[in-house]
Amino acid sequence: MASIDNLRFEPPPPFPEAEVLRAEVRAFLAEHLPKRAITEGVGSWGGHDRDFSRKMGACGWIGMTWPKRYGGHERSALERYVVLEEMLASGAPVSGHWVADRQSGPLLLRVGTEQQKNSILPRIAAGECSFCIGMSEPDSGSDLASVRTRAAAVEGGFRVNGTKLWTSNAHRSDYMILLCRTGEAGEQRHGGLTQFLVDLKATQGIAIRPVRNLAGEHHFNEVVFQDAFLPGASVLGEVGSGWQQVTGELAFERSGPERFLSSFTLLVELTRALGPDPSERARIALGRIVAHIYTLRRLSRSVAGMLQAGANPAQQAALVKDLGTTLEQEIPEIARQLIDAEPDRASTQDFVTVLAHTMMNAPSFSLRGGTREILRGMIARGLGLR
Amino acid sequence: MSETRDLVREAAERLFEKHCGAEIMRRTDGGEFPQALWCALTEAGYTAALVPEAAGGAGLDMSDALSLLVSAGRHAVPAPLAETMLAGWLLSAAGIPFPEGPLAVAPVREGDAVTASRDGTGWRLQGKTGRVPWAARAAAIVVLARCEERNLVALAAPGDCRIVGGANLAGEARDDVDFSGVRCSVGAFAAPDAAALRSLGAVMRSAQMAGALQSVLETSVQYARERVQFGRPIGRFQAVQQNLAVLAGQAAAATAAAEAAIEAAAHNLHSPAVAAAKIRAGEAAGIGAAIAHQVHGAIGFTQEHRLHYSTRRLWSWRDEFGNEAYWARRLGGELAAAGADRLWHGITAAG
Ligand SMILES: Cc1cc2nc3c(=O)[nH]c(=O)nc-3n(C[C@H](O)[C@H](O)[C@H](O)COP(=O)(O)OP(=O)(O)OC[C@H]3O[C@@H](n4cnc5c(N)ncnc54)[C@H](O)[C@@H]3O)c2cc1C
Repeated sequence: MASIDNLRFEPPPPFPEAEVLRAEVRAFLAEHLPKRAITEGVGSWGGHDRDFSRKMGACGWIGMTWPKRYGGHERSALERYVVLEEMLASGAPVSGHWVADRQSGPLLLRVGTEQQKNSILPRIAAGECSFCIGMSEPDSGSDLASVRTRAAAVEGGFRVNGTKLWTSNAHRSDYMILLCRTGEAGEQRHGGLTQFLVDLKATQGIAIRPVRNLAGEHHFNEVVFQDAFLPGASVLGEVGSGWQQVTGELAFERSGPERFLSSFTLLVELTRALGPDPSERARIALGRIVAHIYTLRRLSRSVAGMLQAGANPAQQAALVKDLGTTLEQEIPEIARQLIDAEPDRASTQDFVTVLAHTMMNAPSFSLRGGTREILRGMIARGLGLR
Repeated sequence: MSETRDLVREAAERLFEKHCGAEIMRRTDGGEFPQALWCALTEAGYTAALVPEAAGGAGLDMSDALSLLVSAGRHAVPAPLAETMLAGWLLSAAGIPFPEGPLAVAPVREGDAVTASRDGTGWRLQGKTGRVPWAARAAAIVVLARCEERNLVALAAPGDCRIVGGANLAGEARDDVDFSGVRCSVGAFAAPDAAALRSLGAVMRSAQMAGALQSVLETSVQYARERVQFGRPIGRFQAVQQNLAVLAGQAAAATAAAEAAIEAAAHNLHSPAVAAAKIRAGEAAGIGAAIAHQVHGAIGFTQEHRLHYSTRRLWSWRDEFGNEAYWARRLGGELAAAGADRLWHGITAAG
């Protein structure tokens, strides 16, 4: 029994009002979704469009669950969920506010100072302010506690030296939440870490360089800190509590609809290419994929409901991400067997270009946000095996 | 989840725990009927769980009643509980009183059809049906027949039918029944058609599979904690942990899919959630059973070990009331016909 109780998913709370909101979001998308390349929706939250983010902010769809005094809208996690999934399913360009809305804002709310919250949260909610996550380093990926970027206490603040790697959207962000070593690790290896709120536009000594992915795209970066000075007021939360803060943040990062909708654009184009009366084999494949999506959606909404209720479903979130990314990676493999076409990004046929983009992005789905093996390790911990 | 549902499930867990011990499982596996278990199920009102209170039933709402089958699946309840519930649902829809004893329902396979014609004050049946659960052992077979372009629910006596006994991989009776010329004195027209019956059967098997996967997960985790090789519990090896994490994911997915179908079935048996549950739980059954056996090694491959009570049921149930391919073909066909631009709408509308 115990083994299952740790991984229990409460049924998502019924929420009929959310359907009213869904209709509003769809009407908004019908009017405001910018014309763009169909491949922009591939991989979830890929497209970056400040204008679009501002419009969403004006609708009250960023920071939806936050207190009104910080520019939020005090709506429920399930309403927020509706907005997220509608945006992703339509391939909307949401990366300008995605990380801030999902992860950095909630972290600020939990551990930020009044001053930090007042100055930043309303700007995020307005779609004016974007964030990136400075956790990984060249020698610290899965083993995040081993980060070496160091913040040394100096007069009035800290001096930072080190290199962050794979930092998505650093080149387009206003702020980074930076995980640094400020002290000794201690026996548990998790001590001595601190998070900082780094103003990327105003801080000297930071160099951001593109790292192109295998598709030749520029999403992530190398960020080098060389004697960068951070004022004392930029410490986020407690000095030395970085590890606890980071792990709390990850439950929010792992269970959302972006963890199973990254290949959804391809599924739509596959359905279009198959036409209204496809072969038996194609029907079976399509029905199976959608059965998986139904189920993932329920599991993911369940986690949203548990987060709303104040629980910490970190292990459930890991499980949803593991199942979701497995499906996302399967979709291109299945699609290519149903339509006789060679993936080609330059093709004029939507299915063919989307297939090409999805295929080349797919390896990242089970790496970003914690690798498959690390997630399964967390699930095993939930089962009491570690 | 309603509070009633939690209470109902807790009580059911206790009852199943008490009546589905090792000895009963061994004896029923050999073909014996679990009389004491059956009396307990009847007394608790579970067998009549889908019969309305006014008709002498338990007065549970449909979702609470169906969720009993998750618990039944967890305990591999070796009796026709689901089948008798299904019979109760059909009989109630036709306004026919719910008889005592275990009941069977026919037909259960796509393509099998029974027809009925009036015969004096009663009805006469024609048709053969395959793999009817528990037909020979049932007190009555509830037949859904076509009659005058309508759906007729009739009660047939197993003794009047030509029955060739068979079994699924779990040893649960699955009999071929020839109804040709069988006379029924009790019958009434009703709304449910063969498709609705098939859907409700699929929800039931999905619920049972979800329960069986939960049990298989618990058994496997427990075993991995206890079995020692190379000087430590095998659950300490990362390869084993990763496999069990996959099994946990499959159990969680099957449970979520079954719960969604259980909720949907109460108001719409044709909801895509039903197809999704049978597809998802059926896929989880194969993956989950394989991992459970891998973790257990040779001991799990023996008749003595209890693991097979669950895994043989998983291998059977996934093919009953339509396998994954059957439901996926239907669901995929509907989605393709609706078109690419309605795909997301179809997903969110399922709830
Ligand atoms: C598209 C993309 C965007 C990203 N964006 C960001 C970002 O914005 N900010 C940020 O900080 N990071 C980001 N990352 C980095 C990401 O968090 C890391 O890639 C991830 O944590 C894995 O680290 P690694 O790549 O160094 O792999 P490694 O940790 O070196 O792992 C390599 C392989 O070894 C396995 N492995 C490692 N340790 C174990 C173990 N204990 N047991 C079993 N297997 C193990 C892994 O599962 C993996 O298969 C991004 C990555 C990608 C691909």
